[in-house]
Amino acid sequence: MTATEPFAPAGQTAPIVEIEDLQVGFPQLDGTVQAVRGVSFSLAAGESLGIVGESGSGKSVSCMAVMRLLRTPPARITARRLALDGVDVMAAGRRQMAELRGSVAAMIFQDPMTAFDPVFSIGTQIVETIQAHRATTTRAARAEALALLERVEIRNAAAILDSYPHQLSGGMLQRAMIAMALSCRPRVLFADEPTTALDVTVQAQILQLIKDLQDDFGMGLVMVTHDLGVVAETVDRVVVMYGGRVMEEASVHDIFERPAHPYTRALLVSIPGQEGGRRRLTEIPGASPDPSNPPTGCPFHPRCRQADARCRTDMPAMTPLGEGRRAACWRL
Amino acid sequence: MGRPDRIAPGDVPALELRGLGKTFHLRSGGVLRRRSTALHAVRDVDLVLPRNGILGLVGESGSGKSTTGMMALRLLEPTAGRILLEGTDITTLGSAALKPWRQKMQVVFQDSYSALDPMFTLQQVVAEPLRIHGIGTPDERAERALAWLERVGLHRGYGSRYAHELSGGQRQRVAIARALILGPSVLIADEPTSALDVSVKAQIINLLQDLQQDMGLSILFISHDLSVVRSLCDRVAVMFAGRIVEAAETEGIFGAARHPYTRSLLDAIPQLDPRNRRRRQFRSREDLAADIPVLSRAELAGDVAPSDTPRLVPVAPGHLVEARVTADPDTRSGA
Repeated sequence: MTATEPFAPAGQTAPIVEIEDLQVGFPQLDGTVQAVRGVSFSLAAGESLGIVGESGSGKSVSCMAVMRLLRTPPARITARRLALDGVDVMAAGRRQMAELRGSVAAMIFQDPMTAFDPVFSIGTQIVETIQAHRATTTRAARAEALALLERVEIRNAAAILDSYPHQLSGGMLQRAMIAMALSCRPRVLFADEPTTALDVTVQAQILQLIKDLQDDFGMGLVMVTHDLGVVAETVDRVVVMYGGRVMEEASVHDIFERPAHPYTRALLVSIPGQEGGRRRLTEIPGASPDPSNPPTGCPFHPRCRQADARCRTDMPAMTPLGEGRRAACWRL
Repeated sequence: MGRPDRIAPGDVPALELRGLGKTFHLRSGGVLRRRSTALHAVRDVDLVLPRNGILGLVGESGSGKSTTGMMALRLLEPTAGRILLEGTDITTLGSAALKPWRQKMQVVFQDSYSALDPMFTLQQVVAEPLRIHGIGTPDERAERALAWLERVGLHRGYGSRYAHELSGGQRQRVAIARALILGPSVLIADEPTSALDVSVKAQIINLLQDLQQDMGLSILFISHDLSVVRSLCDRVAVMFAGRIVEAAETEGIFGAARHPYTRSLLDAIPQLDPRNRRRRQFRSREDLAADIPVLSRAELAGDVAPSDTPRLVPVAPGHLVEARVTADPDTRSGA
């Protein structure tokens, strides 16, 4: 069995997000692109989890699957359990799902432009979102929208309410998208590369804002990112994904101080700028696996310095390492 | 001009920009009430790219760093200043006169996909600059292209493939091979690693390091990614609002930044140590733009006349900061 019991920290409340043995495939003319191949993780209320991976690792697709944001077909989703706040999203109807999205889980994306309709003002769209979930007057919803924009530290919020998406800078629009995501007071926020397209200083501001909001709202956070720096700054627990699988899961301290999986270790040492002075970096040879033609065995074996014959043929099971750490590697 | 001399005597830099500027005139209003607003995208940029080294040009979007690179390449006409390539002024050369100089200065962009013709095999893509410049026979060009593919870490079999078959990192390797096949002395690399996956980024950084050393190349590395710049560059210039506000040896920037903008930029870099999380204080652009360091002459590493107009002055050997200079050593220091 590749999937073991999903990890949940002891003594915490029931999980808000449960993903168990998730598989997501996209059938193509010449075979299926298997984007997610047996992923399990969960998130307790108020907890923050980072999902780290490179492009094609399946990190975004996993989150979109539990939010039911993938159109099926073409996507083929199977899972032993896929739930938000205890509700099986595979069995949930369209209306129930619409209710879950927003009041239980909300998602923000790298490109906020795609989240807004260009022909309506920011205010109109936030008001509409509020009214879709709660019976309230437009006047009250508008006041709430204004308060939200102020809460996400948009200066001149009243004017922004009547602005259109194209009139806002990338950082502003990201703040407005966060305000819209928060408008239904979700219990967990999925943030998919929310700062990747932003300038360094704007990125730092948005990350700090997301952390503050998480504390204020007592909200769970799933931070999907390729950037280990973002993870180090924002979350308590980390899932490392590669080739559609979870390679390792541990507390953020363990990930940085005693990474168990060779991929995690290789990733950490390859990050530029850790030491002063011009230098060659310790690179990871090769490229990420082609999801339409994944390698046999462990997806990382073609690039792993420690790989042996078994790694080439068999996928290692997730092995518990104590203290909430687990990793999938034959060479642990 | 009173500008500090950054050129070692007798050594002509690979590329030098002197007082380079670009002003866009934005027109508004109708025929009768036409108004023109001047947008200074780049103002009075002095930059020296020494031979055989990598200079980082960092800044955020809108800082003018890419505009500066495009002007250096003569892909965008400057409205002020001069471009000196190996000591020769190429600022006003016409296209025919410029052609031999184009061989000496090449470029790699962030998005190499759009730069690689999808209809060409990779061998043709890499050989194209040789063809354009009429170098070699078709067979010689093909052979050199294959040799260059190998040199950037792609085996010769890639020669018959097409750009769409490659990963992002492989495409960037092809773009580098294509840029270097003419044997330029200057490479301008505009965010070449920004679109790459983490595990591939280090490969491309190492490749650029190796090629720079093997070829004695001079690279102007334009990036918003300070971590990459720290590992790759010998020297760094920081741009803010169209101007260079600080320039120094790389560790002079990372270890002893003096300009408020540079400091805010460094402070924003995510730290890899989760035990050292901290709340940050953010300063607005307007606030930073207004905070021009004031230095007394005594604080400077060189004899500079007092000036109320901000300009780049040396605070240590090779370390320049944009500041106002006062005569009195007791005046407050903004840095």
